[in-house]
Amino acid sequence: MKRNTSISFAVPDLPRRRFVQGLALGGVLLGLSAFIKPVWASEADKTAGRVQGLTGTEFDLVIAESPVNFTGKQRMATTINGGIPGPTLRWREGDTVTIRVTNQLQEYSSIHWHGMILPYQMDGVPGLSYKGIAPGETFTYQFKVQQSGTFWYHSHSGMQEQTGLYGAIVIEPAIRDSIVADRDYVVALSDWTDEDPMRVLHKLKTQSDYYNFNQPTAMDFFKDVSEDGWSAAVAKRRMWNEMRMNPTDLADISAYTYTYLMNGNAPAGNWTGIFKPGERVRLRFINSSAMTFFDVRIPGLKMTVVQADGQNVKPVTVDEMRIGVAETYDVLVTPEDDAYSIFAQSMDRTGYACGTLAQKSGLTASVPALDKPEPLTMGDMMGTMGGMAGMNDMSGMEHGNQDMSGMGNMSGMDHGSMVMDQSNHDMAGMSGMAMDQGSHDMNGMTGMSGMAGMSGMSAAEKPVSVRHAKTEYGPSVDMRVDTPRTNLDDPGLGLRNNGRRVLTYADLHSLPGIMHAQDAEHEIEMHLTGNMERYTWSLDGLEFGKSTPVHFPYGKRIRVILVNDTMMSHPMHLHGLWAELERPEGGVQVRKHTIIVQPAQRVTFLVTANAPGRWAWHCHLLFHMDAGMFREVVVA
Amino acid sequence: MEAKQMKTISLVIAMFSMVTIWVQSANAADTIQGMDHSSMENVSASPANTDEMKSMDPAGAGSEKPTSMQGGAASADARDPHAYSDGYDFGPIPPPRMADQAYMGAVMFNRLERARSIHNSFNAYDIQGWFGKDYERLVLKAEGEVAGGKLQEARTELLWGHALAAYWNTQLGGRYDSGVEPDQSWLAFGVQGLAPYWFEVDATAYIGEQGHTALRLGTEYELLFTQRLILQPRIEVNLYGKNDSIRGIGSGLSDGLAGLRLRYEFTRRFAPYAGIEWAGKFGETANLVRTAGAKTSETRWVAGVRMWF
Repeated sequence: MKRNTSISFAVPDLPRRRFVQGLALGGVLLGLSAFIKPVWASEADKTAGRVQGLTGTEFDLVIAESPVNFTGKQRMATTINGGIPGPTLRWREGDTVTIRVTNQLQEYSSIHWHGMILPYQMDGVPGLSYKGIAPGETFTYQFKVQQSGTFWYHSHSGMQEQTGLYGAIVIEPAIRDSIVADRDYVVALSDWTDEDPMRVLHKLKTQSDYYNFNQPTAMDFFKDVSEDGWSAAVAKRRMWNEMRMNPTDLADISAYTYTYLMNGNAPAGNWTGIFKPGERVRLRFINSSAMTFFDVRIPGLKMTVVQADGQNVKPVTVDEMRIGVAETYDVLVTPEDDAYSIFAQSMDRTGYACGTLAQKSGLTASVPALDKPEPLTMGDMMGTMGGMAGMNDMSGMEHGNQDMSGMGNMSGMDHGSMVMDQSNHDMAGMSGMAMDQGSHDMNGMTGMSGMAGMSGMSAAEKPVSVRHAKTEYGPSVDMRVDTPRTNLDDPGLGLRNNGRRVLTYADLHSLPGIMHAQDAEHEIEMHLTGNMERYTWSLDGLEFGKSTPVHFPYGKRIRVILVNDTMMSHPMHLHGLWAELERPEGGVQVRKHTIIVQPAQRVTFLVTANAPGRWAWHCHLLFHMDAGMFREVVVA
Repeated sequence: MEAKQMKTISLVIAMFSMVTIWVQSANAADTIQGMDHSSMENVSASPANTDEMKSMDPAGAGSEKPTSMQGGAASADARDPHAYSDGYDFGPIPPPRMADQAYMGAVMFNRLERARSIHNSFNAYDIQGWFGKDYERLVLKAEGEVAGGKLQEARTELLWGHALAAYWNTQLGGRYDSGVEPDQSWLAFGVQGLAPYWFEVDATAYIGEQGHTALRLGTEYELLFTQRLILQPRIEVNLYGKNDSIRGIGSGLSDGLAGLRLRYEFTRRFAPYAGIEWAGKFGETANLVRTAGAKTSETRWVAGVRMWF
C-alpha cells in the first residue's frame, strides 16, 4: 500500500506508457468475427463512427464474444450484434416492443433496459427479474414503451458491461418532440480495458490504490514546506494521515488501464458528427462506462441542456457538465466553425474520450489539455464542518486579483487546521474566517468579508439529522460523516471555480407536468459506505450478501435519504421507479433515474412506489456494485 | 487433563483476551473526533425538511451530536439496517451472487533477496499469502534464510485472519520453526493492520512447547519519493518469555532488525530493490552469542525483488 506524506498540486506523474490514445481504426474486428451483418436502418445513423441503429417494434439481438482491438492488443469482448456499442434501438412511445435476445456466450447473460418503466420481469436483472439468459437460450422481452427520450441498455451479469455489452435507446415521443433539432447524434462515452475485469478487481482487492499514479509524495511535501512553511505543510496532511485516507483517491481505475471511447472509438479513432452550418444539433450524451465520470465540454461551443436521464428539463446553457456513470444528458448546440472537439475527460484527469463535430469528415479541432487533478478537500471528507465545498455562484465576489484558476476550490482554504482547533472556531458569518496564512491559493482572497453571495449558502448548509446504521461500526466501513452537506449547486471535485459555467443538479428543473407534488408518507435512510483499504463497498455497512431486501409499500410515496459516508461520488440507480430529487429547502427539483451522491453529501428524493415487483438498487460504478453496494427493493 | 496443559490453555486464553483488548483500544485510538457543536453558537440545528419528519419517526432522529468519523461504537439510536425489510426475504429466484461472496487470494513476496555482510551472505525470503473472502481469510506467512543451498532458519505460520475493525485483523493459528535444530511449533495469535500515519503493524504472540512464549513486533512504512520510487523502512523485534539455551535464545528482548529498502516499481507487482539492514542481538541472547564466539550484530547489504500475484 502506498503511503502519503503530502498532497500534490503538481501535474500527475503519468506512467511512462502515456494514456493510450488507441488505434485509429480500433474497435471490433468485423472481418474476423464471422457474425451477423450489421443492419443499417436509417441515414441518420450513418456517422463517421460505427454506431448502428435498429428501428421498429421487433428486434433480434445476439450476445456473443467478438475479437476487438482498441489499443494495439487484440482482446475478446462481449458484444451485441457484433458491435461496441451495441446497436442503437429506436422506439416510439406507445409501441409495444418485442426484443428477442440470444445468448451465445458460455455463461449466463442478461440485458437491462436502463431507466425504462416496465413490468419487473422484463427488467433484466438476474436473480431479481429472472434467472438470466442461459447460454444458447433466447429470451423474449416484451413491454409497452411508456416514455420518450434518451436511454440505454446493458448487461447486468458479471462484468459484461465492462467488456462491451451496452448500447443506446432513443425513443421518439408519441406527440411531436418539443426538442427540435436538425441533426441528432448519440454520443456514448465508455471505458475499455485490455485486462480481464476480474483481474482488475483482484488487483484492487490486493492493493486498492493500484491504479492511482497521482499519489502524494515526499517531494510534494518538501515543496509545500518550502512554499508554506513546516507547520502549514504538516497541518494540511495531518487529518488525512491520521485517518489513513488518500486525498488523491478520485477514481478507482484510471487510464493506466483504461482507454476511453466515444461511440466505440478511442481518441485516435476520432468519432465525428457531421453538421451543416446553421443547423441545430442534438447530442445525446450517455455515460455507458463501468467506472468513469466524464467531464464533457466542447471548446468554443456552449451546450444547452434540454434533457437529463431522458426527462425534459428547462433549457440551461453551460460550458461544461459532469456526466456520471449511467446518466444521460441531451444537449443542443449550434455549431458554426469548421470543427469542434467534443472533449470528455475522466474525473481523475488521467485520460479522455474525444470526438469531433465537423462540417465534413476528416476535420479535427485542437483537443484541450487535461486539467490538473484536484485533491479532495476537508469539505469532501467532513461535509459542512470541513468548509463550504462547492460554491458555484461566485457573483458576490469581487476581487482585485481576478485570477481564480489557482484557487482550487473554496474548501481548500486549509480548514483542516481550523477544524481541529476549537479555539480558532468562529463560524459567525464568513468574515471571521481564520485563514491559514500558509495557504498559497488564497492570495487573491483578502476581501472575503465583502461576499454578499455567500450568505445564501447558510440555508443549504444547516446540519441535518444523520442516523448511521448499527452495522456501520465494523470492519466494512472506514469512515462516517456526521455533518453531510446538502447543497446541490456543487459541480463536483475538479470542476469548482474553473472559470467555466458547469452544470449542477441545482440547474436542472424538470418541465412542468413531469412530477407531481405529493408529500412523503414513509421515509427510508440508507448510507453509502465502504472500506477503501479492503476495497469493499456496501450500503449501511452491509454488502449485498449480508443484506435483506428493502420493502417499499406499494402505492406509497416514499422519501429516500442517501448519506454518502465515503469520499467518492457514487451514481445511485433505482430500477423501475422514478426518483424525484428534492431541494435541500424542500420541494422536488428534477426527475432522474440515476443520482450522483457526492462525498460527504446527503441527498433526498421522492419515489412513488407504483411498480410492483423486485427491483435492483445499487451504485452504478460496476466494481462497487459487484463488491456489494447493491440492494433488492421489494415493492408490494 | 494434565495440570501443565491446563496452565498452557489458561495462558492462551489470557493472552488472547489481552490481545483482543489491546486491539479494541487500538480501535479506539483510531477514533478521529469530528466537530463539537456545543461551541458553535451560530449553527442552527433544525434542518428544514426533517422537522416535519419527526412525527413520522417515533424513534426521534433529531440532530445527532457528531461523535467520531472512524472507529467508535454505534450510538443508542443507531438504525437497524434490516428494519426496512418488513419481513420480506429474497424471492423464489435465487438472488445474484456477487463478488462480495467470491473467494479470492493473493501471494506477496515482500522480500526475495540476497543479503551480504562482511562475514556471510545468504538468501532470504518473506512471503505472505491470503485466501478467502473479504473479512475471513486463511493467511500464510513464511520467512526464512537459505545459505549454501540449505535452509538456515525458517518460520512458517498458518493463521486464520478475521477482520476486527476497519484497519485491523486478528490472526490465530500456528507457527512452525525449522532450520535451527530441533524444529519447534507454536500457537500463534496476533493482530495485523494499518495504524494512523500509515504504519503497517504486525504483532504476534506465541505459545510454544515446554512453556516457551514469544512476542514478535514489526512495523513498516512506505515513503514515496515519486510514484514509483519508494523507500521502505522496517523494524522488527523478538521477545521471549524464557531462555532457550538449545537454540541460543535468552529471555526478554532477544533480537531486532532495522532495514531500509529502496524499490522501483516497474509495475505494481514487480519491483526490484536494494537496501541495507542492521541485525542485532540483545540481552541474554547477546551473551549467549558472545560466549559462542560470534558477533552480536551485523550490517548487511540487501538486494532483491518484491512481487505479488
